[in-house]
Amino acid sequence: MLAQFLQFLFSGITVGATYALAALGFTLIYNASNVINFAQGEFIMLGGMLAVYFTQAGLALPLVLVLAIALPALVGVVLEKLAIEPVKGAESVTLIIITIGASLVIRGLIQVWLGKGAYSLPAFSGDVPLQFMGATLMPQSLWVLGVTALVVLGLWYFFNRTLHGKAILATSHNRLAAELVGINTNWVLFMSFALSAALGALGGILVTPITLTSYDVGVMLGLKGFVAAVVGGLGNGLGAVLGGLLVGILEAFGAGYISSSYKDAMPFVLILLILFFKPRGLFGGRSTERV
Amino acid sequence: MALLEVNQLSIHFGGVKAVQNVSFSIEAGIVYAVIGPNGAGKTTLFNLITGIYTPTSGTITLDHESIGGKTPNELAQRGVARTFQNLQICLNMSAIENVMVGAHLRLDRNLFLAALRWPAIRARDQALRQEAAELMRFVGLQDYLQARADSMPYGALKRLEIARALAMKPRLIFLDEPAAGLNTKETQDVDALVRKVADSGITVVLVEHDMKLVMNLSDRILVLDYGKKLTEGTALEVRNNPDVIAAYLGAHA
Amino acid sequence: MHKSAFSGLYLIMAVLLVLPFVLPNSFYMDLAIRMAMNAVIVLSLNLLIGFAGQISLGHAGFLGIGAYASAVLPTHFDWHPLLALGAGAVCAGVLAAVLARPIFKLKGHYLAMATLGLGIIISIVVRNEAGLTGGPDGMPVPAMALLGHELSGDKLWYWLTAMLLSVAIWFSLNLIDSPFGRALRALHGSEVAARVVGVDVVRYKVSIFVVSAVIASVMGSLTAHYVGFVTPNLADFFHSLELVTMVVIGGMASVYGSVVGAVLLTALPQALTSFEGWETVAFGTILMLCMIFLPKGLVPTLAAKFGKGE
Repeated sequence: MLAQFLQFLFSGITVGATYALAALGFTLIYNASNVINFAQGEFIMLGGMLAVYFTQAGLALPLVLVLAIALPALVGVVLEKLAIEPVKGAESVTLIIITIGASLVIRGLIQVWLGKGAYSLPAFSGDVPLQFMGATLMPQSLWVLGVTALVVLGLWYFFNRTLHGKAILATSHNRLAAELVGINTNWVLFMSFALSAALGALGGILVTPITLTSYDVGVMLGLKGFVAAVVGGLGNGLGAVLGGLLVGILEAFGAGYISSSYKDAMPFVLILLILFFKPRGLFGGRSTERV
Repeated sequence: MALLEVNQLSIHFGGVKAVQNVSFSIEAGIVYAVIGPNGAGKTTLFNLITGIYTPTSGTITLDHESIGGKTPNELAQRGVARTFQNLQICLNMSAIENVMVGAHLRLDRNLFLAALRWPAIRARDQALRQEAAELMRFVGLQDYLQARADSMPYGALKRLEIARALAMKPRLIFLDEPAAGLNTKETQDVDALVRKVADSGITVVLVEHDMKLVMNLSDRILVLDYGKKLTEGTALEVRNNPDVIAAYLGAHA
Repeated sequence: MHKSAFSGLYLIMAVLLVLPFVLPNSFYMDLAIRMAMNAVIVLSLNLLIGFAGQISLGHAGFLGIGAYASAVLPTHFDWHPLLALGAGAVCAGVLAAVLARPIFKLKGHYLAMATLGLGIIISIVVRNEAGLTGGPDGMPVPAMALLGHELSGDKLWYWLTAMLLSVAIWFSLNLIDSPFGRALRALHGSEVAARVVGVDVVRYKVSIFVVSAVIASVMGSLTAHYVGFVTPNLADFFHSLELVTMVVIGGMASVYGSVVGAVLLTALPQALTSFEGWETVAFGTILMLCMIFLPKGLVPTLAAKFGKGE
């Protein structure tokens, strides 16, 4: 009983960490530009797929990691420069569709280049499962959780203690005001996309040894990451992390205790329920419209 | 007979007491102004009475009916119209359509009949278009009858909002800073327009910073400061009130 | 709306009348029929997205409800196809009505999320209940029967959809220039202003959501009957995206834009079919280019270039 519960909890937290990273990515970009980046999921996919490619090309793990994070970050920046900056201030729908188009382009290119197969990565520290109170834990899960925790801490420090981080936060609260005090908001936008892509890619790499990767994993991962970000209250970093974990855990429990074929539906049922009772997500603030 | 009675009205936003225990009453048919320094709570007071905000405490009575907390569209049904400090114009529509929307409650809004091009609806729409054109002329927008809202200058849009409010055939109209952002000539035009509106029998309540305009037009004035009522009276009484002078008018008169 | 707005309709009707005699073979007839069907769906979606300014990223879900109602009810429960179509429409309408109030309290991205979630849940249900729905492989759909006669054959379907399209365009044009239509557009322009003139904003959002859901369901049923087969792809997220794209590319709040968007984006995948991954890339690139350079959509941008006003 307990073993099963723990099993679900572990797998839930593990996949939840990936969602958390994706959700953070959404949040970063949303805060910097009010854009919902539907291509976020593709960054996750890129991380995993590129890691596989470079590993199979024979490169050592550290180099693989660097490339598989830096390249998606580059893609993120290109996306921002080519597709978002030119249309600054456009309607939500327009921006959403642009990012959807971008996600299609990225996915299509990978499909053409690397095919439709599913791939895995060797786990970072081996395959021997660990036993904990009757439940099995893959060492890779610990990597996922550990690295995610470090990243979240790092981001917290960055945003709250460094000038650059605070500049980004300031821009998210009031772009005009930030510009007026000398913050380079274009740089903020640029950094947000790069950082957000890197986060997504990192999540993708970490989780590939457990869940495999292929050209189309980005769609569901991205959508669920979006759900997580909205659950936590769009724009709220802490909410994004908690939202990601919550979505992962509920998905695992739902799949385990209720029905595994409806696993993918769980996050969306969750989001509908949450939004109906808390229209701005769990941690989203109340706001009044000034007229 | 007081048309509108406000009693001990208050609203708090978290720790901010935007409006505190404000009481006043407005007779039908007059021009009533609400003045006060920036941040005094004038627009908030408007928002409370027109249903955008819900009061924390106190009552608002329109023609013996309590309306505190009613929604804007319920108030529209009771003949209350308003314009906005920050323009709320539908830029996706033409100027005349903006005015026609004002008559929303007076028309048959049935979706199916509309889709079928029901003759009665078409006829009423034609009549309404004429009426809207008349209203646009009334407010001085005869040059913009064919224009799209997004091509009109600021001053024109302010008057468009007034035309839209008039299309509601209201008995009470709230004008939130109708002269804001306008130059001297435009302000004089607004002065004349508000006079015309008041003369047509509609009770006008206005928030305005332009003291000349206020003193010229108003029958009675309410002065707010920091969300509280400072004083209320005729233009003469108010401009000579030492507290008002101290708080607000300074050397102007 | 001036008389000139309807001239587009007359032009389209003329084209529709001539088309069957001009199209070389049944492949093109099929394409034309699909285009017309998509156009009707897109018109109804545009009422929601373009005119009322709301967003729905899950509209294909309603298509799925209608399609599967028409597949499952006659096949497993012996319902008459017409009854099944009605049942689907009622089901879609009720679902939309029940969910609309909580959904439309949300704004912007939250609203997008909620509609997205709704669409995905429907598509997952349809994919999973294999016993009823044939699961991921889909299931065949019995032919629609009217007054004892089976509706089948290109010609019949062509005239049916051509008629539906013409009626849909006519309805839409009428609606825009009516009190209901203006209230809807005002809602998009400024919700505050709409409220203040007495528009019951929530009720309007709900009605237009329900109307477009019902229309989508009916069209889903008809598509199912026409194709003779239904698969869960009809209800999935991608299809919802395709529909939104048709609206946006043709031109939001543009009746003829909806038709153009539907025509173009129905033809496009056909043209790219053999290229798989490249098809996706091409689709995505077109989307991006269109939105960056023609954010108002094709028809409004062209209309503005070739002469001002209506």
